[in-house]
Order: sequence, then structure tokens, then C-alpha cells
Amino acid sequence: MAQAAIELTGINKSFGAVRANRDINLEIARGTIHGIVGENGAGKSTLMSILYGFYQADSGEIRVGGKPASIKTPNDAIALGIGMVHQHFMLVDNFSVLENIILGAETDALLKSSIAKARSELDRLEREYGLEVDPDAIIEELPVGLQQRVEILKALYRGAEILILDEPTGVLTPAEADHLFRILRQLKEQGKTVVLITHKLREIMAITDTVSVMRQGTMVATRETRKTTVEELAELMVGRRVLLRVEKGDAEAGAVKLAVKNLTVRDSRGVTMVDDVSFDLRAGEIVGIAGVAGNGQSELLEAISGIRHAVSGSVMLEGKPIDLTGKADPGELRDRGLAHVPEDRHHVGLVLAFEENENSILGYHDDPRYLRGPFLNIDAIMADAKDKIEKYDIRPGNPRLKTANFSGGNQQKIVLAREIEQDPGVLIVGQPTRGVDVGAIEFIHKRLIAMRDQGKAVLVVSVELDEIRSLSDRILVMFAGRIVGERGPEATEGELGLLMAGVEHQEAAQ
Amino acid sequence: MSTPYAKLPAWADYGLIPLINLSVAFIVAGFVVMLVGENPFRAAVILVEGAFGKGTGIAFTLFYATTFIFTGLSVAVAAHCGLFNIGTEGQAYIAGLGIAIVCLSFDSTLPWWLTFPLAIVASALVGALWALIPAYLQAKRGSHIVITTIMFNFIAASIMVYLLVGPLKPAGSQAPQTRNFLAGAELPKLNWIIELFGAKIRSAPLNICFLLALAMAFLVWLLIWRTRLGYEMRTYGHSPKAARYAGISETRIIITAMMISGALAGMMALNPVMGDQHNVAIDFVSGAGFVGIAVALMGRLHPVGIVLAAILFGMLYQGGAELAFEMPAISRDMIVIIQGLVILFAGALEHMFRPYIQALFASFSPKSVGMQAVNGKGA
Ligand SMILES: Nc1ncnc2c1ncn2[C@@H]1O[C@H](COP(=O)(O)OP(=O)(O)OP(=O)(O)O)[C@@H](O)[C@H]1O
Ligand SMILES: [Mg+2]
Repeated sequence: MAQAAIELTGINKSFGAVRANRDINLEIARGTIHGIVGENGAGKSTLMSILYGFYQADSGEIRVGGKPASIKTPNDAIALGIGMVHQHFMLVDNFSVLENIILGAETDALLKSSIAKARSELDRLEREYGLEVDPDAIIEELPVGLQQRVEILKALYRGAEILILDEPTGVLTPAEADHLFRILRQLKEQGKTVVLITHKLREIMAITDTVSVMRQGTMVATRETRKTTVEELAELMVGRRVLLRVEKGDAEAGAVKLAVKNLTVRDSRGVTMVDDVSFDLRAGEIVGIAGVAGNGQSELLEAISGIRHAVSGSVMLEGKPIDLTGKADPGELRDRGLAHVPEDRHHVGLVLAFEENENSILGYHDDPRYLRGPFLNIDAIMADAKDKIEKYDIRPGNPRLKTANFSGGNQQKIVLAREIEQDPGVLIVGQPTRGVDVGAIEFIHKRLIAMRDQGKAVLVVSVELDEIRSLSDRILVMFAGRIVGERGPEATEGELGLLMAGVEHQEAAQ
Repeated sequence: MSTPYAKLPAWADYGLIPLINLSVAFIVAGFVVMLVGENPFRAAVILVEGAFGKGTGIAFTLFYATTFIFTGLSVAVAAHCGLFNIGTEGQAYIAGLGIAIVCLSFDSTLPWWLTFPLAIVASALVGALWALIPAYLQAKRGSHIVITTIMFNFIAASIMVYLLVGPLKPAGSQAPQTRNFLAGAELPKLNWIIELFGAKIRSAPLNICFLLALAMAFLVWLLIWRTRLGYEMRTYGHSPKAARYAGISETRIIITAMMISGALAGMMALNPVMGDQHNVAIDFVSGAGFVGIAVALMGRLHPVGIVLAAILFGMLYQGGAELAFEMPAISRDMIVIIQGLVILFAGALEHMFRPYIQALFASFSPKSVGMQAVNGKGA
């Protein structure tokens, strides 16, 4: 066996009563790609944060390249050649791409020369790995997909020997993920070591050499990827058999609930993001919008939910128009039966500094159920939060815990529980299962399908083709702001992939 | 990733860390005292005795604390909504005008217990209106509230100077202040409370505003953590995007929060004006608005913390005055330096020692660091 790049022995880490890591042993060989899988809250991010110096283990030993290492801060980790791409982006929103990349790695006293050097280095990295981003774009104006690229570039720029990626493909399409994997393989060929945390077992099978499974804070198994299967991994993770594709009957589409006509949306720089989009969403059906991240899906969702200005077109909710000036009151739309699970749960869908129960009423905080006159009805809010925790198996089951301390998948469940439990007539969902484990995906999909079967209209935007295909009754494909095709659920991945890449569209235009 | 460092237990967070910050501030202040050739230990004794040693000292300490509770609450309310209100000073100052109008109109006809509620309303209203303009400019025009509130401090000061040397000054008087109020605008003292405990009080300005301040602290707690409005303010304060998503109007929440903040700032003026001086004089706020920023920070934006921090600053003011009196080498300005050091260590550098203490805790007892989970069901 090749020399170990990283050896972890007997790692323990508790947060109060939560034992996030117990007695973890792990050895990762140099020049390999090692996958780590496990349910939400299994302790994957915690383990990697210990390796990267964000947390310190309560006990245990870390060896890097055979030598005992004391990693107290991320700077120690970087000095040891460990780089990390986080599950949640760590970028300065109002800085440019270039500024973010050199942040903390400035080489000269004068920023200007650092920037010039960084620009050429970045140029090289971008060309070498095909990670194209406009170095002068401002982060907050980039779609999440591109922000992700910046994170990856940032780690590469610091010359990491060991690269940890915590759910890097959560926001990427299969094509983009393939692209990332090409980069990772290239890194591996250069002798670098990659640790990949993901919930997508397909990716594990496609790219890793070895894979470890975590469950409830412990390391339950390590396998050679060649010798295992998706089913085995899923079962190891969850401790029971998992339906990887939820069964559903045929849709019985009814009346039109949401009618979008000739909708056009521009972003703050005047670029057309949604271009003359029209479609209907009917009661009792799930419509999926597929597309590569950044093709206008986010803007479409925001316009429909009344938080983004549309330059022209109309959206009718149950026959009545939605105010598209960007000044619509989302509260009023909620009253009219429109619920929205936003793509960006960290900045939009949740207030991370709030307790879980406070987030469970966000947007519904003026519902009389949660109020006693001008006062919050704390008892009702807590009871309601506990109820949802129970129903959606949100862990840890403590409504007083700060939301930032829940794992990514559980945070997503908090948002979904809040929106679905309001029993809306129309539910629009952005990236329903981003960062969510296989067991929870099964659960969320079942919920969405149950809503459909109750005659609710569901619009799902996802960059996961698998998800779109298994959920949707109709699939719309978006490319460059337009809807370039509609397909049934039987559409093949290849067919959709071509549409998403705009191939058919361009041919038609010629 | 939330915080790179795990959370401390509450007692360390709210007790130990402020204590360490304070101790460091006093140690550094001690060196300053040594530098001017005085004994720092004796200075400390004089300071504490001056503030708490005698009944009169306690009454003065609480009188100053009253002022700082109002300004601290004012800063905190805005801060919970993500707004940095530096205009507390000016809002309090201009509120003196509202109080002057009420008191000068009614002090000969109404008893204090009727004048007082009117003056409360007038001070809160004027303070709120003075905060309204910067709030409106922030909400509608995006003019940064820090800049506009600073400018409004200057405007308030200019207006008050104009009024106090002109229209509001009694004819023939040399002093830039209104005439003295009559008994109908004098607030009852609270010195008897301290005397209940057996302490003797000569004359001290502690008055009923102290109770009003405590009541306001409770109301602010209710507002922030128990009302829908407070929930909306906190949502906006943490994440404007989430507030937008939740249907919280940016304009409405900014204006409301700033007006409440301004009202609290305005009520501060009641304490010196009606409780002590019985007139509105030039510069009667004298920096209390800015101390409010330190008090709010040190009190971690929580009313209980703010009351405690306000008492601490009250002690520094009162004990400092005694110190300047007892030790000639220590001038008034030295006291300001000591106050500045406390502000620096306890307010501005609040987080300086935190990482070390967290590391220390983590190495002694890892389990103590972290959030409490109610049931251990979570993995
Ligand atoms: N700072 C913290 N304070 C308290 N509890 C925490 C903290 N960080 C993590 N936890 C808890 O530790 C457990 C492990 O969390 P972790 O983020 O490592 O899970 P994960 O495997 O990465 O999950 P996911 O797949 O959802 O990202 C969870 O129960 C989580 O709630
Ligand atoms: Mg994680």
C-alpha cells in the first residue's frame, strides 16, 4: 500500500450531548481519491473540520504524511498542504473573484502586484482545469454554480497537496460535475490526494478509489470502490434498505394553478436572465425545470415568488395576477397559497443565527396561530416546531438549538417542513435535496409526491437530472434563459443533457 | 460552517469574559495612574468607595446609570435590526426641546405626575422624529445611517445652541439655558429607597426616571424577544435577504426600529432635565449617547447586560469624580482616559480574549464547550 497521506486515529469530538465523531480511525493513501459518505449529521463535515483546524478533536491523533501533526487553525492545515472547499461557501460577497482568491494569500505589501501575479496564475489554473470564471465579476452577482468554482480555484491557488471537498457537486449539473471530476483525476495523477464528501453515490462509484461510510458519528465501513455497490453503501449509511427511486402513480393534472406568460427578467447589470418564458402548472402535477446552474432558473423562481422584478410578462396564481414589479409582498402570496423553498437556504430560506423554532415560522410569523396579539405565542411555536422535528426526523431534535449548528441536510429539512406543513396550493422548490442524504431524499421525494397526489401543484427546479426525472410529470429544460424543450418523465438522460447544453436549440435556430 | 470556535457555557460567556475584559482595562488604567505618580490601589479604593461607599455615592452612580440605560437600550434596539445608530446623542439632545416645551407650558398649572407623562411622550416623540429622517433616507435612498445620524448630531447641536441662546433664554439672563422649571416639572427623588437601607444621603439627583429606565429595559426585552415586531427586526438584522423572503418590508422595519431607538434616546433627556437640573441647558447630554454605544456592546445588546453595564459606567462617572477630587494629580481628563480604556477593552475589544478562553476551556474540558442538546438522539 502506498504511504498514507493522512492517518486519523481515535478521533472523538462532542458538541455538548451530541457526539459528532466517536473513535474514528481513517487512513487515506497518497495519490488516491477517497470518498466519505453518510447520513446528514453523521459527522463528516465535523471530521474534515478537525482535519482542517476549524475544530479541535477532544482526543485522537492526526498524522499527515506519516508525521504527527498538530492542527490548531486552518493556517496550520494550509501550511501542511491541506486545502478545503467548504460545503457552504466562504467567500466575501462584495469582493471580486480575483480578490477572493488572493484574500489571505497576498504575497506583496502592495495589493496591486499581488493582483497582477494572481491574475496570471489564475489564468493558468483556469486554462489548465477549464474552470472558467470572470476574474473581475463580483461574487454576489454570480450564480451559486460559479461561486463554487471560485472556491475550488481558491484552494488550488494555495497549492494544496491534499484537497478536501465537502459536497462540491451539490450545485453542479452532471456535466459540470464530470468536469470537476476530470480536474480531480488530473490532481490525482500529479500525486495529490483528494477527500470527497458527497451524498451522490453515483459520484462515489465514478471517481473514488476507496470509500468510507459514517453513521451517527462512527466509521462503520471502508470499502474499495470497485468491490462495492450503490445499494450496499446506501444500506450501510442508513442501516436499512433505501428506495433510490420513489414509486409514483400517474399524474391526474387538473385546473391551471399557476400560469406564466412571456416572462422576462433581467439582472442588476441588465443582462436578460429569463427570456420570454411561458408555461402552465396544474393542480396534481409536478413540473420539473432542468438546466445547468445559471441559466435563469434562480431568477425565474424569484420572479414567480414576487421577490424579483420582471421587465415584462405575467404570472397568474389561481387566476389572479402576481405583482411582478419586485415589490410584491411575499406574505400576501403565502396567504394566497404560494409557498417557496428558496435555493439558497443559508441567506434566504433561513436565518442561521436563529434558534430552530424561530426559523420554523419564518415567513409565517404573522399567522395568528403563532401570535397572541402583538406577541409571539412561544408555546404554540415550540409545539409546532417539535411537531415538525418529529414528522421530518430533523436531528438533533432540539428546537432551541441554533440553526447554524444543524447539518446541511437537516437545515434543508427545516425549510421544507415549514413550507410543506403550511399546506399550500402551489409549492415552488429550488434544489429540494441539495446536500441531503439518500434516506432523506427518499423522504422528501415521498412528501412532494404526496402533495401532488393531494391535488397540489408543485414546481421543482433542480440541477439534479436524476431528481428531475424521478419526480417530474413534465420536464421543462431551460437554457440561456429560455425554455428550450418539454419532455415527459420517460425522457432519457442523454436527450435532456443535449437540451440542457443548448444543442438542439442552436440547431433549430440555424 | 458556522463559527470556527465552539460556544462557551453561558456563565463564562456572560460572566467570565466581561470580568476578564474589565480586569485588563483596570490593570492598564492602573499603569496610567502609576505614570502620573499616584498609587493605583489607593485610586481603585477611592473610585469604588466614591461610587458605592456612601449613600450619596450610590445615588449618584444610579443617577448616571439611568442615563446610560436609556442610551444603551437605544443603541441596542437599532443594532438588533442591523442598524448602527450613532445619533443617540443628537436624538437625546433635541428631545430636550420637547421636554422644555411641555415643562415651560405646564409647570405652573399641573402637578408633576401629570407633567411627567406628557414629557415622556414629548421626549420620545421628538427623539423618534429626529431618528425618522436618517431612517427614511437609509430605507428609501440608501444613505448610510452611520453618516446621516452623525450629521444629525451636529444639526441637533446647532439648533439647540440657537434656541438656548435665543428664543428659549429668559430675557436678561446670561446663561444659555431655559428658565428654571417650577415644582410642577420637578420629578420626585428616589433617595429614600437608599435611605431605607440605612445609608445617609445629602443631596443627590437620583429620581424616578431610574424606575422608568428599568421598565424600559423590560419592555425592550419583551419587544425584541417576545413580539412579532422584534422577531422581524432580528430577522432583518441578521439577513436582509431572509427578511425580504419572509415578506418583511425593509422600509417599514428600518423606520420602525430607528424610531423606537430614537424614542428611547429621547427619554434619556428626562433624567438630567426634569430629575436634576430643572432646566434645559446647553450640552446637557455631554456624551452620554456615545457612552450608550459602549454600554450596549458591553451588555451584549441584552437589556440585563445593558443595565449592568450602565451601572458600571455610572460607577466610573461617580467614582471618577471623587477620584479627581481626592487625588489632585489625577485630573478630570485622566478619568476620561480610564473610561476610554473600559470602553476599549470591554466594548471595542470584546472579542480579543475570547479565542484564548475558548481554547483554554476546550483543553480542560472539551465537553463543556458546545451547545446543549436536549436529547442525545442526534448523531
Ligand atoms: N458547532 C456545533 N455545535 C453543536 N452541534 C454541532 C456543531 N457542528 C455540528 N454539530 C452537530 O454534530 C453532528 C454532525 O454534524 P456534521 O455537520 O459533521 O454532519 P455531516 O455528516 O456533515 O452532515 P451533512 O451531510 O448534513 O452535511 C450533527 O448532529 C450536528 O448537528
Ligand atoms: Mg456536512
